[in-house]
Amino acid sequence: MNRNPNLIYLDNAATSWPKPPQVAAAMTRFLEETGANPGRSGHRLSVDAARLVFETREQVARLFNAPDPLRVTFALNVTEALNLALHGLLRPGDHIITSSMEHNSVMRPLRHLEKRGVAVTVVPCSPEGFLNPANVESAIRPNTTLIALNHASNVTGTLLPVRAAGEIARRHNLLLLADVAQTAGAYPLDMQVDNIDLLAFTGHKSLYGPTGTGGLVLGTRVDESKLSALKQGGTGTRSEREEQPEFLPDKYESGTPNAVGLAGLGAGLDWIMARGVNSIRQHEMTLCRKLMGGLREISGVTVYGPRDANLRTAVISFNIAGLPPSEVGLRLDEDYGILCRVGLHCAPAAHRTLGTFPAGTVRFGLGAFNINRDIDATLAAIQQLVTDHCSHGTRRHPRLLHQPRHAD
Amino acid sequence: MEHAVILVYSTSHAMRIEKLLATRGTVCKLIPVPRHLSSDCGVCVRVSRADIETARSVVAESGIEIEGIHEIWPI
Repeated sequence: MNRNPNLIYLDNAATSWPKPPQVAAAMTRFLEETGANPGRSGHRLSVDAARLVFETREQVARLFNAPDPLRVTFALNVTEALNLALHGLLRPGDHIITSSMEHNSVMRPLRHLEKRGVAVTVVPCSPEGFLNPANVESAIRPNTTLIALNHASNVTGTLLPVRAAGEIARRHNLLLLADVAQTAGAYPLDMQVDNIDLLAFTGHKSLYGPTGTGGLVLGTRVDESKLSALKQGGTGTRSEREEQPEFLPDKYESGTPNAVGLAGLGAGLDWIMARGVNSIRQHEMTLCRKLMGGLREISGVTVYGPRDANLRTAVISFNIAGLPPSEVGLRLDEDYGILCRVGLHCAPAAHRTLGTFPAGTVRFGLGAFNINRDIDATLAAIQQLVTDHCSHGTRRHPRLLHQPRHAD
Repeated sequence: MEHAVILVYSTSHAMRIEKLLATRGTVCKLIPVPRHLSSDCGVCVRVSRADIETARSVVAESGIEIEGIHEIWPI
């Protein structure tokens, strides 16, 4: 893997980068040696392609302890997976409970469904993003069918009580949908222990796959006859019939899948399972503690979300007094080669909860390939930004701490 | 050699059965569904006729619903 020494990539919460070298190798191998349409044609290359897709399905099932690889449906990303779950399950007259820390990938489908007669309760979270499961339980109505929660906030990294909410769901005969975009591969997850009925994941973040991969995993409590498909089309099976098949995973997987992407995702999953989710988590949280601690020591910096690293993932949101997040992001990129994400992070509800709406925050998302030196350089850069700001207002300071990246 | 084919509903089901057969050391091959058996354009699992019973027990163990097992002869 080629790490550009002039860049510090802290935008892993959006898309992880770099990827393990095996990911690109698997994708190249697929394009050069396999390349065919998975399972559509029955010749050897088509069967090889289908086998690769199926192996990735099995690895997903293994990582999340899903009951059956056939209950893994691939999608483009977590947004498509969440849309499948929400549009597929909710009917006019149903009631759904979600939290005030959700991403727009949940909020927008819900606001859309609300106009079509679905009742939505958004349970407020604390200013650190914590959700009290008792408030979820007290929001249950006779027509509640689903609880949808992200496992960790994409803004503050705050972990939400998915397991407790799943217990509540079981007690009240509801389903629990978990958006694990920020935790899959970075935090231990077990569908059965964590009481998750529908698990929506994305491949391009902490599963280290390419963009265009993700999916929805169904637990045994989900009756697929009650989960309608988002789209209909060719599946390479039952071609004599003009009706969509009802069996899994074909019911939800019309059209040629992103086989090259899934070959890459398979390599990402192999890499994670060889390294171990716990060891990745330990690495990221060591860096996260250091970065959070260092940021808090810089005067004028406010860090949002839980202080306790055990209650969060390695996503840190902060602001510098008097400097808009967009200015901080631009200066980090241009003057220091530090890449992060600023603004509202597609999660306006979460920012309202934190009190950072509408300006947003600066977000650092750490990944498995960040190293100690990245944290040192980042803390030095923030300290310098604050110093420059105090002595010169918002004027751009020409002094560079760190060699700028080359235009390569 | 005389063969039998397991007709399945989904390509993913064929993959699953292939893996389960492999764990029992049973060789199989995924081939296009013979036109005279079904108009399905997908794949099916071909085993040697001697392995039909193994195939039946693997299918039962997997819980996968299949369309059927058919004997086929070389054309």
